[in-house]
Amino acid sequence: MMADTPILEVENLVVETTGHKPTRILDAISFAISAGETLCLVGESGSGKSVTSLATMGLLPPGALVARSGQIRLAGENVLAATPAQLLALRGRHMAMIFQEPMTALNPVLSVGRQLDEVLCQHTSQTAPQRRARVLEVFEQVHLPDVERIYTSYPHQLSGGQRQRIMIAMALLLKPQLLIADEPTTALDVTTQHQILALIKQLQREHGTAVLFITHDMGVVVDIADRVCVMHHGQLVESGPVDQVLGNPQEAYTQRLLAAVPSLLPRPPREATSNKTVLEVQSLEKVFNANQGLMRWLRKPVAPTRAVDDVSFVLKRGRTLGIVGESGSGKSTLARCVMRLITPTGGNIRVSGKQITELPKSMLKPHRKRIQMIFQDPNRSLNPRMTVGQSLIEGPTNYGTPRREALARGRELLELVGLPVDAIDRYPHQFSGGQRQRIAIARALAMEPEVIVADEAVSALDVSVQAQVLKLLNEIQLRLGIAVLFITHDLRVAAQICDDVLVMQRGRLIEYGPAAQVLAQPKAEYTRQLMEAAPGRSWDFAAGAPLKPLLSPVETP
Amino acid sequence: MHASHSHFTVAPEGRGVSRLLSRLSQTRPQGVTLAAGLVLILIVAVALFAPWLANHDPLALSPANRLKPMGSEFWLGTDPYGRDLYSRIVYGARVSLTVGLGVAVTSVAIGLPLGLLAGYFRTLDAILMRIMDGLMAIPGILLAIAIVSLTSASLWTVMIAIMVPEIPQVVRLVRSRVLATREEAFVEAAILMGTSTPKLLWRHLMPSTLAPLIVQGTYICASAILTEAILSFLGAGIGTETPSWGNIMSEGRVYFQLKPSLIFWAGLLLSACILSINLLGDSARDALDPKMKRRMS
Repeated sequence: MMADTPILEVENLVVETTGHKPTRILDAISFAISAGETLCLVGESGSGKSVTSLATMGLLPPGALVARSGQIRLAGENVLAATPAQLLALRGRHMAMIFQEPMTALNPVLSVGRQLDEVLCQHTSQTAPQRRARVLEVFEQVHLPDVERIYTSYPHQLSGGQRQRIMIAMALLLKPQLLIADEPTTALDVTTQHQILALIKQLQREHGTAVLFITHDMGVVVDIADRVCVMHHGQLVESGPVDQVLGNPQEAYTQRLLAAVPSLLPRPPREATSNKTVLEVQSLEKVFNANQGLMRWLRKPVAPTRAVDDVSFVLKRGRTLGIVGESGSGKSTLARCVMRLITPTGGNIRVSGKQITELPKSMLKPHRKRIQMIFQDPNRSLNPRMTVGQSLIEGPTNYGTPRREALARGRELLELVGLPVDAIDRYPHQFSGGQRQRIAIARALAMEPEVIVADEAVSALDVSVQAQVLKLLNEIQLRLGIAVLFITHDLRVAAQICDDVLVMQRGRLIEYGPAAQVLAQPKAEYTRQLMEAAPGRSWDFAAGAPLKPLLSPVETP
Repeated sequence: MHASHSHFTVAPEGRGVSRLLSRLSQTRPQGVTLAAGLVLILIVAVALFAPWLANHDPLALSPANRLKPMGSEFWLGTDPYGRDLYSRIVYGARVSLTVGLGVAVTSVAIGLPLGLLAGYFRTLDAILMRIMDGLMAIPGILLAIAIVSLTSASLWTVMIAIMVPEIPQVVRLVRSRVLATREEAFVEAAILMGTSTPKLLWRHLMPSTLAPLIVQGTYICASAILTEAILSFLGAGIGTETPSWGNIMSEGRVYFQLKPSLIFWAGLLLSACILSINLLGDSARDALDPKMKRRMS
């Protein structure tokens, strides 16, 4: 299957920042990719994966990064020594790139057909009908439906998955020998991600393209890679065939990285610690109605959006309920309703037995204390102009705790979340992402809440940091008996932290029950699809071996 | 631990001329900011010590000494009424700086709370911003001339006349910052922690508007100085009994061909003053830009 002469050879590549005190970004990176082979560059943020791909494309930001030494040979040509004109030709003919976010990579004011036509115009001397035929042919190859309609569509008229297919079509248009994919599925839902990965694999088989695939997701690696290069702080830590690196990792860093990947197998059920219901939601409903005020008179009525539709659940003290779903399933709207950041249009929310659904904003204050939130991005959830201490005491002082007392408590909390006590006088930007999320947790705990709502609280973190934060949440829950409403799109995380799981789709509750039951023996077809689409479901990261089928056969009722 | 983001934010490298050019395009050289600061300090000093620096009464008419050339007694010569030009220009600095600073401070002081309220309360926003739109629709100079003509032309009316059209700019700026910041997760977090609305506005929303406000303030200051000079030049400003750079030039206009220095010195100082305030504003903008700040630390 693999040809002997590599398409891409990178040898001892060193990339540094420019300026008086150069920092080394890539330190003697070497790898090669043959035709028909997929090489995965995997690593956490800041490991130098993306810089490697940019260097390969000859796209290092001028004036910021420079390749100091080493070689990049693409089909025998040296990329680093190429003139801009040669690079342009190389990029068209021999290599192409797919980016993470197709919406920003496509021009919003041109139809997608025209954008692909432009590529052919630039690099070939085909006539207009030939070009159109070729574009439609490539659209067929990437399995886009109704290609004639897609040709005249604008990016915003297509779904995220379709846009990524367009990007792949654009990359394949000139039949490149090397395809560089930089986190191409990170912004997509699991089911769409599954389809795109399958598509890349199929196209690679058919055309013998070499693929350089960059990802932080070990599950994706299992699904797509032939060989893996693990990167850490700009160095190549370990490389080899996928089975070998994942099954028998030699380096300590690789072992740590793999151990941090949460398993898809639900964790063993925990004993219920208390019978006290702290959060109860009954047939909650949130309808966004565009037909209000003058618009009702001026416009043809549009169907209102039912973001949350008849969702009920119960959360007991000391338990974790996971709300799982793809983007647009209404899980964040549900969280915002529960927090009363927005007012639900129907149903009941009871926090410790107190009905808070229809309380006006001014009367919510006594109840806000009981339920606190941890946000997805710790860079944005902490006020950058306030010290950690000021952030920690803000809530308690609002409820009348003296400043001195609140600060003392803040120090205790910092210790509890594993941060040094002197962190209290520092500003959020002086901490890493994982540490900032710890501060956010400490801030939520400062209110001594009964419920914590964590909205994608670990999604922005690297996998090893994610594991630490999950561990911390678990410990805190054991010590303080707080109930957690954990909102996530990541089934692996849900399997590791939740006692119960609630699956949502398009605002509706699909399945609700104990995690072991919902994730291992799903009754609903949709849950089953989600589980099957989870990347790397065939691999047991803890054991380092392929996994026996996770889902038991469907039970016929 | 947080250094990983700083890799791309390093000054460019190059040699000789290309390096100099790329530097110039990226950041203003320190020297320019320093020179601008010195010029402004000099003008402020002139305004503060005017009674000691002026060697004549700026208002004393002396028909015998009309249109004298530069000399040892009248350093910059005299105007058509025999008043000492040098002393008038020195006192004129007081008018310009008072108007500039006064307008900048008052328009920010009025615009900041209005902008905060408009950005946070959606219903108030609809009303307030339409009023601001109405104010903005009227050309500033025209409005100022109308206000000064309807009232007596004193320093106060001139300042109010210049300030009123500047307020919508400040309100819009503050409102846009508040609209952007209120969506941030830390604002929602504060709401969830029971922070009251006045506290929320003051502690979480106001600080993010300060940096752009300081920059906007310097531009308002420069533009107010210029507007005052224009109004005086057009005869709609402060009366000639109070010397200002604008009315000095206005009076000199008639004799411009005969004696260009009547306009030249006041014009030169006005240009130097406005240029240095604008340059300092640009430096303030760079220094307050959080991205640039990270670059320096």
